[in-house]
Amino acid sequence: MTEASTIAVGAEAGAPTGGQADEGRSLASDAWRQLKRNPIFWVSVTLIVLFIVMAAVPQLFTNVDPNAAVLKQARERPNANAWFGRDIQGYDIYARTIYGARASILVGVLTTLVTVVIGVTMGVLAGYYGGWLDSLVSRITDMFFAIPLLLGGILFMSTFPNDENSRYLVVVGKVVLVMAVFGWPSIARLMRSSVLQVKPNDYVQAARALGASPWRIIRSHVMPNALAPVIVVSTINLGVFITVEATLSFLGIGLTPPAVSWGVAISDALVALRTTPHILLFPSLFLSLAVLAFIMLGDAVRDAFDPKSR
Amino acid sequence: MTTTETTSRRRAKTATGSEYHPQDGLLLEVEDLHVEFHTADGIAKAINGVDFSLNQGETLAILGESGSGKSVTAQAIMGILDMPPAVIPKGQIRYCGQDLLTMPAEQRRKTRGPEISMVFQDALSSLNPVFPVGWQIAEMFRIHRGMNRSDSLERAVKLMQRVQIPAAKERVKAYPHQFSGGMRQRIMIAMAIALDPAVLIADEPTTALDVTVQAQIMALLQELQEERQMGLILITHDLGVVADVADKIAVMYAGRIVERADVYDLYRQPAHPYTKGLLESIPRLDQKGQQLAAIGGLPPNLMHIPQGCAFNPRCKFAQDVCREDRPTLQLVAPGRESACHFAEEVLNG
Amino acid sequence: MYKYILRRLIQMIPVLLGATFIIFAMVYALPGDPTIGLCGERPCPAAFVAEFRDKHGLNDPLHVRYLTYMGNLLQGDLGTNFRDIKVVDELAQRYPVTTKLAAMAILFETVIGIIAGVLAGIRKGKFIDNLVLVSTLFVISVPVFVIGVSLQYSFGLKWPIFPATVGSDATVYRLVLPAFVLGSASIAYAARLTRTNLVENLRADYLRTAIAKGMSRPRMLGVHALRNSLIPVVTFIGADFGGLLGGAIVTERIFNIQGVGGFLFTGIRNRDPVSVVGTVTILVLVFLVVNLLVDLLYGVLDPRISHD
Repeated sequence: MTEASTIAVGAEAGAPTGGQADEGRSLASDAWRQLKRNPIFWVSVTLIVLFIVMAAVPQLFTNVDPNAAVLKQARERPNANAWFGRDIQGYDIYARTIYGARASILVGVLTTLVTVVIGVTMGVLAGYYGGWLDSLVSRITDMFFAIPLLLGGILFMSTFPNDENSRYLVVVGKVVLVMAVFGWPSIARLMRSSVLQVKPNDYVQAARALGASPWRIIRSHVMPNALAPVIVVSTINLGVFITVEATLSFLGIGLTPPAVSWGVAISDALVALRTTPHILLFPSLFLSLAVLAFIMLGDAVRDAFDPKSR
Repeated sequence: MTTTETTSRRRAKTATGSEYHPQDGLLLEVEDLHVEFHTADGIAKAINGVDFSLNQGETLAILGESGSGKSVTAQAIMGILDMPPAVIPKGQIRYCGQDLLTMPAEQRRKTRGPEISMVFQDALSSLNPVFPVGWQIAEMFRIHRGMNRSDSLERAVKLMQRVQIPAAKERVKAYPHQFSGGMRQRIMIAMAIALDPAVLIADEPTTALDVTVQAQIMALLQELQEERQMGLILITHDLGVVADVADKIAVMYAGRIVERADVYDLYRQPAHPYTKGLLESIPRLDQKGQQLAAIGGLPPNLMHIPQGCAFNPRCKFAQDVCREDRPTLQLVAPGRESACHFAEEVLNG
Repeated sequence: MYKYILRRLIQMIPVLLGATFIIFAMVYALPGDPTIGLCGERPCPAAFVAEFRDKHGLNDPLHVRYLTYMGNLLQGDLGTNFRDIKVVDELAQRYPVTTKLAAMAILFETVIGIIAGVLAGIRKGKFIDNLVLVSTLFVISVPVFVIGVSLQYSFGLKWPIFPATVGSDATVYRLVLPAFVLGSASIAYAARLTRTNLVENLRADYLRTAIAKGMSRPRMLGVHALRNSLIPVVTFIGADFGGLLGGAIVTERIFNIQGVGGFLFTGIRNRDPVSVVGTVTILVLVFLVVNLLVDLLYGVLDPRISHD
């Protein structure tokens, strides 16, 4: 998905407090105008596009094999041959940092998608239908919410550890699965409260009075007006998921070699922090920039949708 | 509270010595006031030379549509404009002869409350949601009079009783959201009159209320004004609201006063096409079945106020002269001022 | 009020049961033989394994084991792990350490976060505001373990102002650096939240009223704007408690702190399900209770929230 389409979705969403469809649309175009003027928005979008391209076609940036170790040159400082230097194993840090984008971006994007799908579904069920369904869904949400994301991740990943023969997608898939399992409750809670705000509005009541089916009302009236906060939080969460993946890798239970990832690279570099800090610097920098980009994008979109912040 | 009690209080206050003494009953003079808003999109000229004065015991209504500058005028007098973006490039606001705009900030702060005070349109958002109403009224006595907690709360209860809040003693600890709209506006009023100010500004005090409640609030304001001989400035867009209460009316359009008159004269015979339009757009019982005449067009964009008379694009009297030459406020009849090249025609037509 | 508390406590029961069951199921799905390593280099004799499995109830179906476990929990028994250590005793020793760590982290969050947020908020658009915004963004983006290891290296080894590791004697002084690291991201969030709310409240109508009442600027900010702005911050700090407990695992590992997090991590490493389930159950319980307290506090701070 390109950024433009993300924004388009966000733009159509409108704020949950928005009154009529008309108001929603003017609010949306207003938000888009606001976004276009915000330099932070463009900086974050540029960074994100860059990282996505890096994740998709790392060959564009380097033709060095990230798995080619030159042990003799291990811990070499940045030089003309290896721009970022070499790590403890003698890998080219630049190449590994570029190739490391894939795992982080993949984990971040996939986890976000899954949490949004589960969270929005649960939130709409609880918020729109109410009654016993609300109680049930809310309690289930609470159960998962009671287990902090990192804690759940650690438990799960140590129960189903990876080994060196695990396939790449399986490794990534597990991390995505566990973060999605413990990450969706916050989205569900947010969606529920924003549906509750939209539901009493006249246009929803009018649609009900006209006999529109619940599915139709949800799809064309509730969702577009309740989704904006979810989009904002999910964008920011994407950065959080990338960090959690790195933390799991740091603890030795997230992605494991041979998967190339920023988290793994950082974890490896910590051993040599005293003598060769440059090994830590570059993967940390890229990871932080990626997280930063998503947080800034989320902030910018929120500001654009929140007239109060202008 | 009886009238004698209030008068004695007023006297006592004068005796203890307010630094401000009105000369010949003249409380407030606004002279050539200009206010601009400097925004990213340009400069909006909200007020472009406004003059008026206010005497003790007098009620002045300032009438206009939204964007006419009536609320900005009130905020400039009160000193609650956000500066920036607001800038006051020119003008004076004299209270008892002293210019508020050039006064040291600390001295001016001390006039807010004891000398000049204000009632806002939306009492719910204008009251702090997390403090009890009694506490908020009592705060006036604590910050300006240095009273202790229990004494100031006692005074708050008395004020709440004065503005006819039922069971004031019990409700002094209640929060704003626990009151009805009318009651909240009474609390705002109690807070505003707490220190017996000489000037009270009410900015659309009844706009957010039900019609029946509107009348009660206006009656309360009028009663308090007479009782305490305050100068009252009533900001409104609704001619009906001010008809019974105001002495003088100033009609504002695009940041200028376009007509000024006694309330009765203005109702009977407006001297400006804009006022005439406003009057014609009020539904009247004795003209059932006639179509309501709304003023065509929109209020001007304050960043691009039309050349000449600002009202000319919407005016049915407009001639070439109106598009080139801006009319100033002129005496058109005894006690009548109008800023229109065709004031006489309007007055007689 | 009491009705509300009672209702919340009742709602907590299924949540606690569900959450512990999720944990229980996840942990006991651990593959591998728990007796590995108990008998030295060689595999344990079959008789020992059988007795061991029987003693720890490993032959029962999952739900039976869960019910037995919860039954014991009600009597304050968190079980005995495979090395014959009572989990309750171990936790009783380690909980004070982690509590101290978390409390110090929250203190940092509150003091540094709110002060930075207020400074930024009242000087919106000025240098200090930009400084706070940029530095908090930086702290939020850099993973906490990178911050932890870097600070440990800088202030523990290169310029040894603080001890690099904590070890068995967890004094307040020794915990300063770890607590700062643990709270770092939350300090940043608290500062940003304070700023946002303050900026919003400074534009509120009731603040305009405060000026019209002739209030001095310090009173306006300190009494009227701040009180309203801090309500969401307090809620955030409370709700963040769970995150701190999770983060403690990382921090305690970096600084070698003998707390709950370290115990949990060792438990996971050693395939010690009894310790892991016991520790996490207590963590979840604490988290739920703290959340309830936060909600009650919210009602006290914001009169518009009614718990009746």
